[in-house]
Amino acid sequence: MSATAWAWLVLLLPLLGSIAISLSFRAIPARVAGAIGTAAIGLAFLCAIAALVNLLGEEPDARHHASSLWDYASAAGLDIKLGIYVDQLSTFMMLVVTGVSTLIHLYSVGYMKSDEGYHRFFSYLNFFVFSMLLLVLAGNFVLLIVGWAFVGFASYALISFWYRRTTATKAGMKAFVINVVGDIGLVLAAFLIFRELGTFEYGEVFAKAPEVFAKGEWTITAICLLLLVGAFAKSAQIPFHTWLPDAMEGPTPVSSLIHAATMVTAGVYLIARTHVLFYLAPTAADIAAFVGLATLLIAGTIAIAMTDLKRAIAYSTMSQIGYMIMGVSIGAYAQGLFHLMTHAFFKALLFMAAGSIISAMANRQDIDRMSGFWKAMRFTSLMLLVGGLALAAFPLTSGFFSKDSILAYAEARGGMYTWMAIGGYVGAFLTALYTFRLIFRVLPGKPCKEAQHLIDTGELYHGPAINPATEELEDAEVGFPGAHHHIAEQSWPMAVAMALLGFGALFAGLIQVPGVDNVLFGFLEPAFHDSPLAAIHPSVGAEWRGLAIGGAISLLGIATAWLLWAQRPGLPAAFRQRFRPLYELAVNKWYFDEAIDFLIVRPALATGRFANSVFERFVVDGLVTGTKETVSGAGGLVRVVQSGFVRSYALLLIAGFAGLALYFLLSSS
Amino acid sequence: MSIEWYVVLSSLLFAVGAMGILIRRSPVVILLCLELMLNAGNLALVAFSRMVGNQQGQVFAVVVMVVAACEVVVGLGLIVAIFRRKLPLDVDELRELRG
Repeated sequence: MSATAWAWLVLLLPLLGSIAISLSFRAIPARVAGAIGTAAIGLAFLCAIAALVNLLGEEPDARHHASSLWDYASAAGLDIKLGIYVDQLSTFMMLVVTGVSTLIHLYSVGYMKSDEGYHRFFSYLNFFVFSMLLLVLAGNFVLLIVGWAFVGFASYALISFWYRRTTATKAGMKAFVINVVGDIGLVLAAFLIFRELGTFEYGEVFAKAPEVFAKGEWTITAICLLLLVGAFAKSAQIPFHTWLPDAMEGPTPVSSLIHAATMVTAGVYLIARTHVLFYLAPTAADIAAFVGLATLLIAGTIAIAMTDLKRAIAYSTMSQIGYMIMGVSIGAYAQGLFHLMTHAFFKALLFMAAGSIISAMANRQDIDRMSGFWKAMRFTSLMLLVGGLALAAFPLTSGFFSKDSILAYAEARGGMYTWMAIGGYVGAFLTALYTFRLIFRVLPGKPCKEAQHLIDTGELYHGPAINPATEELEDAEVGFPGAHHHIAEQSWPMAVAMALLGFGALFAGLIQVPGVDNVLFGFLEPAFHDSPLAAIHPSVGAEWRGLAIGGAISLLGIATAWLLWAQRPGLPAAFRQRFRPLYELAVNKWYFDEAIDFLIVRPALATGRFANSVFERFVVDGLVTGTKETVSGAGGLVRVVQSGFVRSYALLLIAGFAGLALYFLLSSS
Repeated sequence: MSIEWYVVLSSLLFAVGAMGILIRRSPVVILLCLELMLNAGNLALVAFSRMVGNQQGQVFAVVVMVVAACEVVVGLGLIVAIFRRKLPLDVDELRELRG
């Protein structure tokens, strides 16, 4: 079978899984639904490997294939096919998405066990994977938009999975609305592309673009900026990032899969996919790089101040995606994707470990309450540590190689990009700091009440079922989290998934060690041959210098965190007192929510209120009431005649005819 | 006899019928008056038919009789129904259709 045939199977399996689970949820027990969901994604992963093997059997420059099943829409001058495009980039994304998804499905089998909405969860999850695969495999912009919107919907459905929690449903709406803003940008970009180039197909667009557009022309800049709106909204970059921390209201596997490993990297994929266009619009690419840099720094500072375990990791996700966006925007395509892959491993792992800890805490997420989990949950703690080390770019872990490859490229490109590299290293320090802040506060020390309960009885602590955000009482029926919680130590599917991801987080970087091997870049780079930026390579010496700096910064960050939160716990409070405004800024998330509320939400509401009180009342109501008054007034006139007296009707009839007859008689004579 | 007599008789009959409809309140009498008006029309039709010299007017008269018969059936049916439901047999009392 050809690579495209395997790719179609990759696309088909999750869709079948989703449909099968949602149609048969009454008939099959929960275990079977979980098994079907996991098996569908697992098989898709195997098919993705088959596609990769097929692709590897070809010449590096011939490894791109378009395949279409049928015409999606065909009209004058418009021919949209239901087609996929399989090349190194989409194969890579396919592998990352299906691989990580399989493990997260496996984790969910354990984690969601007692939840009443088990079937629904797996059906949604499979649908999400299908949408994400559609997004990365689409062969034209129309199908890309379809996948893009499906992914947004799946995210909405899964954030609001516990639909009786008001906070969760509101977070879902927020995510959906901001994603739709991004969708609009993407759709407008596609319109512009079609107007200028007359086609939606990737191959034709990228072949024609350099001929039609001059470098830096305003149309191509506009197209790229609109694409960026889509990419920023999906990838939670400033100023479209506020939905991501709120999205942590969803179940932890969802945070792990959608809001860390896959969906939020769609923006990175989009920029890498349309790199030909971005090469022609250097202004747009630089804007993207700056936004990425700003996001990685700002999110890093917020993550230091967050006390909610999952939200802190969510800000870390934003920050890491900032690295990727910066990378693919300045031309470090393969490097950005490398970081995407390693990030998927270690961030999914961090969320899984966090989920396990939150389960042990009876759904509490506040790190101020947590301590001493090293003694209570050895495996989970180990995995949190592994994920944290990779995130903090500890030497020889995966994050170490991937993050520094981006920064080394930025340095090699020179000019203002050197400053971006420096900003990236500052971000790396923040990363190590906030990661190990979490670890030093959660793992060591005297076990907290919940951890002690686990050590003493071997059973999980069960508090009253509450919403951790609002302290509202809940029950364990459908629409709320299930009654029992599950930790990795007591559930083998969770442990297996975490162990495999932990392996990836530690060792995945070794496939791409400067000067030693070149597995990933060697595979990916032919996909970017049409951009001269991809030809820039930092020398091996420069890369190792960067790695040394990165490693030192990472160790410095970890040491600082150790000093602040483990060695002298009084220091952070002193810092908070001393630098009150800075702390306020970070803990209030740089007031982005408030700014958006002030600049967009309030004016929109005020416009709405004005429309309601003035336009609606006087113009619309005036029209409607006026019409009604006219009709009923005319009716009132005619009503008088309808007296109900048959004889008066007869009189009118006869008088009328008599009148008519008289008229004709008189007029004829 | 000249045509005028027939037309005058027909007009008188029609006027009598119309007056009856306007001043009587019993539905039965109103129905009878209607018949009177229809037959006034028939008389005029037949008279004009004779005057012109073909049979079309007479055919029309027969058609009018058929329609009149149908109308009587419906009208009497209504009257019986009104009677059965113990409603007053007075068209001025039956005025629920007032607009």
